[in-house]
Amino acid sequence: MSMLHTVNKSPFERNTLKSCIGHALPDSAILLIEDGVIAAVRGTAHEGTMRDAMNGRKVYVLGPDLMARGLSTDQVIDGIEVVNYEGFVELTEKHDKVQAWV
Amino acid sequence: MKYGILVNEGPYQHQAADTAYQFCKAAIDRGHEVFRVFFYHDGVNNGTRFAVPPQDDRNITVRWTELAQANNIDLVICIAAAQRRGILDEGEAKRQGKDGNNIAPGFRISGLGQLIEAGIQCDRLLVFGD
Repeated sequence: MSMLHTVNKSPFERNTLKSCIGHALPDSAILLIEDGVIAAVRGTAHEGTMRDAMNGRKVYVLGPDLMARGLSTDQVIDGIEVVNYEGFVELTEKHDKVQAWV
Repeated sequence: MKYGILVNEGPYQHQAADTAYQFCKAAIDRGHEVFRVFFYHDGVNNGTRFAVPPQDDRNITVRWTELAQANNIDLVICIAAAQRRGILDEGEAKRQGKDGNNIAPGFRISGLGQLIEAGIQCDRLLVFGD
């Protein structure tokens, strides 16, 4: 079993996403929630960071939080999976520990 | 599975209380048990029954109370954080010589040991807010 990391701040606001990527092991997963969903958008200055993060790890983004910010699933970087709250719960079932980066 | 939840941020300021609530609801819908929600730091402000948000807005405190009563969730407010922020139950109000209490139904005030216990007893402990 592996760890699920949640990131709730935009990479334009804090560097927690970078810290998370620096610590997350290859078989772990990263879920972007709240303002963290900004990192999932294609074409930003942080797209490269995100693509590095996806190297060997699975990255997810919380759909309702994208919608709440006027962003659509079409704007999400290819390879990042959009999940709802049910999917969030499912991720916590699959991973035996959850680490919040805040 | 058994879930423990830690909420570190107050209502209406950041999203933590909303995300935690939506997560709890989704977990219950998937057949899991939410054993305890522990409110720490500004999170204790989730538990005042004196807040009157506009009628077209969600009432975060009432929502917690209803979810807890329907699903037997233990809503625990950290005592040290609560005392600093003026969240009191009947016993604490008496002990501190205050003229009233403001704790919402379904919430109770206790210590950090309750968070540790949730961490030990639950299969998962999720943290929302900083």
